[in-house]
Amino acid sequence: MLRMLLRRMALGAITVAIVSIIIFSGVELLPGDACTAFLEREAKGKLLENCREAQGLNRGPFERYFDWAASAIRGDFGVSANGQKSIAELVGNRLKNSLLLASSSLALGVPLAILLGVITGLWRDRPIDLTLSTIAIFAMTIPEFVSATVLILLFSVWLGWLPGIVLTPAHAPAVEFFPEIILPVIVLTMVMTAHILRMVRSSVIEVMAGDYVQMATLKGVPYWRIVFRHALPNALLPAINVVALTVAWLLGGVVVIEVVFNYPGLGRMIIDSISDRDLPVVQAIALIVATVYVGVNLSADLLTMFANPRLRTLYMRQK
Amino acid sequence: MTQPVIDIKDVSIGFDGKSGETLHVLRNVDMSVSEGESLGIVGESGSGKSTLALAAMGYLKRGLRLLDGSVSFRGEDMFSRSGPELEKIRGGELALIPQNSGQSLTPTLRIGAQIIEALRLHSSVPPAEYSTKAIELLSQVRLPEPEAILSRFPHELSGGQQQRVAIAMALAGEPHTLLLDEPTTGLDVTTQAHILELLRDIARERSMAMVYVSHDLGAIARVCDRVMVMYAGEVVLDGTTRQVLKAPVHPYARGLLASIPRLADRQLPVALDGRPPAPGGVGVGCSFADRCALSEDRCRAERPELTTLPTGEQVRCYFADRALELSLRGSGVEPAVVRADGEAALSLNTLSISYQQPGLLDRVFGRDAAIVATVDDIQISVARGETLGLVGESGSGKSTILKSVAGLLPPVGGTITVAGGTPLAPMVERRSADHLRRVQLIFQNPDDSLNPRHTVAEILSQPLKLYFGLSGEALERRSAEILDRVRLGAHYLDRLPSQLSGGEKQRVAIARAFAADPDLVLCDEVTSALDVSVQAAVLDLLNELKETQGTTYVFVSHDLAVVKALSDRVAVLYQGRLCEIGPSEQVYSAPSHPYSEVLLGAVLEPDPDVAPVLAADDVVESSPPAAGCPFQRRCPRKIGAICDTDMPPWQETNNGHAIRCHHTIATLTQLQEEDARA
Repeated sequence: MLRMLLRRMALGAITVAIVSIIIFSGVELLPGDACTAFLEREAKGKLLENCREAQGLNRGPFERYFDWAASAIRGDFGVSANGQKSIAELVGNRLKNSLLLASSSLALGVPLAILLGVITGLWRDRPIDLTLSTIAIFAMTIPEFVSATVLILLFSVWLGWLPGIVLTPAHAPAVEFFPEIILPVIVLTMVMTAHILRMVRSSVIEVMAGDYVQMATLKGVPYWRIVFRHALPNALLPAINVVALTVAWLLGGVVVIEVVFNYPGLGRMIIDSISDRDLPVVQAIALIVATVYVGVNLSADLLTMFANPRLRTLYMRQK
Repeated sequence: MTQPVIDIKDVSIGFDGKSGETLHVLRNVDMSVSEGESLGIVGESGSGKSTLALAAMGYLKRGLRLLDGSVSFRGEDMFSRSGPELEKIRGGELALIPQNSGQSLTPTLRIGAQIIEALRLHSSVPPAEYSTKAIELLSQVRLPEPEAILSRFPHELSGGQQQRVAIAMALAGEPHTLLLDEPTTGLDVTTQAHILELLRDIARERSMAMVYVSHDLGAIARVCDRVMVMYAGEVVLDGTTRQVLKAPVHPYARGLLASIPRLADRQLPVALDGRPPAPGGVGVGCSFADRCALSEDRCRAERPELTTLPTGEQVRCYFADRALELSLRGSGVEPAVVRADGEAALSLNTLSISYQQPGLLDRVFGRDAAIVATVDDIQISVARGETLGLVGESGSGKSTILKSVAGLLPPVGGTITVAGGTPLAPMVERRSADHLRRVQLIFQNPDDSLNPRHTVAEILSQPLKLYFGLSGEALERRSAEILDRVRLGAHYLDRLPSQLSGGEKQRVAIARAFAADPDLVLCDEVTSALDVSVQAAVLDLLNELKETQGTTYVFVSHDLAVVKALSDRVAVLYQGRLCEIGPSEQVYSAPSHPYSEVLLGAVLEPDPDVAPVLAADDVVESSPPAAGCPFQRRCPRKIGAICDTDMPPWQETNNGHAIRCHHTIATLTQLQEEDARA
């Protein structure tokens, strides 16, 4: 068991290491470096050389990679090319904001999605299922910026109930993002709820049509007991992995929402730093997002394993 | 006669077809069972037998509707009862033992929790005694270590154990009536025989009413007093077990019986031509008319009523008196026999195979994992044109050997050579096109092995293009030729697998294998997923191909009678080790290896007068013992310490018949003759 855990963690670490090499080489292949970006047009001759010397950019790529990777492990991503500020601090603030946005959306969306997914699955093809499923398909297919814009128009421009844009600076403490964060959370919740709902629905339908649910019925088990004890523990297993992917997406993939609401999260920071050619920041964020993906998927796999007796036995045997 | 417990009157059940019409699954079915009586319901897939059994519980699968008739249990209508009333009866007075218990037990709940749930819902046992009672139930169905099983999950048990748990769970509610829906299908012969004995004992002890649904006439013969034969959703024959199985008066029942291969027969079973009508496909006349040897115009014009004969049977046929003329046995087709003296088409030399493959990290770090061989020390050669049957229980390694010959599982030791002594590469990717062509595999379930989106033409064209580079007209001509050889016409070329019946699909799978013009065809339980009447047709086809093409087969099946029908030589495997090998008549008669004896003894014949011979305490094992004879722990003829420590030597008789046992041939013959006399 412990060996399996260590092995999965080792494989995760190897994945992150490979990703870090790809990120580093990718940035390396781009023309220019931090100094050409920083010095802009004056970047030539002695000035450029001095800068490169100061930044350690005149060393070989391998040496620089190991230097970068070693610092990154300690949580030190160096300083940003633009403002000479500590990247760890900059990214740290953004990460905190992204976590705030993600956790609020998850706290709202996951229980809602599971509840609605179970309802639509159990009352399959009834009016409540048709209504909710149709809404879910709309929520999935309408692009986020459209729904975001409509919500801003409705709640902040016309009704004036909620602020339509985030003005709180990135480094402000979490509480100050309320109530500005409400609209972005609603938009994200809509999209993710729709996805998870569809999945939970089909999984519930499949399980409810299965042999063991039929057997429980013919054993005289009351309906709701069948649902909660026999069906749901099995139907919700596949949801774990979908939720994990959603978590990863919330932490690094919600660029559009962050831009629309001017929310200072990781996604927007990537866009900003790409347009500023702030390569150290791009590298740092890419690495963090990759680590989050690996970490979240690893936890999801472990959780599935603990929740699924079949997999548990399989891995116990492997030791 | 007492008041029937279950009384089903004139029940019709159907579903709505795509164009809105109602399609019948059951038509005007009457069924009744009294206390202490056990009724068998027999029929092939699609005959509506399971629907009928579930209807007795007031349950219909999604989409089905009760169109007409009434179902009453203890005098009250099941379909007009409320939910809570049904919940009280189901699992209580009226319990079901399902087909395929593996899927009927909830995978996330421990066995104990599932049995205790039944106790809590239906029994008078006080909560404090739930565990004790659950243990008692589990030991009643003869499960070893019942305490340990309580805390197991369903997937941690073997198929036979799961089935026993399902029986224990059904008994938890102290039922008066048991419904059994194919309760032993998919189990090993030995396990099946033991479970049937158990059910007989329990039913007798508690004087329960039982409804036993099965396609297996052997099992029915063992447990039932009365049998109902169903065809296309209606009852065609209803009589005592002896009447129905010994001298059935309905042509379909006779055909069904004749299509079952039997151990005592040297001839191949007779196939029933045609296929049963689909729901809604029955015309105005008799549903069996199209396949019946006795049918006349009257049969097609008017549906016969179920009439009671003077002898007491009820039959739905105008010519019940003439049905007795129809043969019950043997098709007259002798199996093609080949003697093992030619050149070897396949040799397995000290082959050992394991499912444990070193993992990626083990390989990276060069660690050698200790590998336990699933199959060990197999030494067999198959002559050209010969059929070798491999038999044994699940876990005996018979399919594993096929996988290895097919190159899907590399052996950990030994070699596999084909004609001319050329060794085959262990993995299929490394084999030359010629080697790939020469070895073909036919799988158990054609639904899984044929691509549902490919037409028959596309399926057949793959080997023809790959191995012979055929295209255009030549390809088409060759495909039609091959289809003809498996007795399907060229008009099947543009059909999809979903448009074929089970037997037709398996023929397409056979055609695909033969399209490669193979030297060696590996058959992995090729008839196990088919109905008996279709199975007979497939056996007949394989036999004909063997005669005309001189193909070498390795034929794997858990059904000993099926293996006997086709094989020249048979090898008996236990826990991946060879126990006995020889010409099939010799393997199937004394002297035998004690394991072959146990297997043969457990075979159920569709004859109420033949009882299986069972070893007293026979528990299936999951892994071979570390030393000595692999069969030591179950052997009814165990000698003593020598069996635990030494691998037994091969004892040879004649014609290449050999038995791996510490007993000499003379002793085995003597012991087995004594038992036969007793």
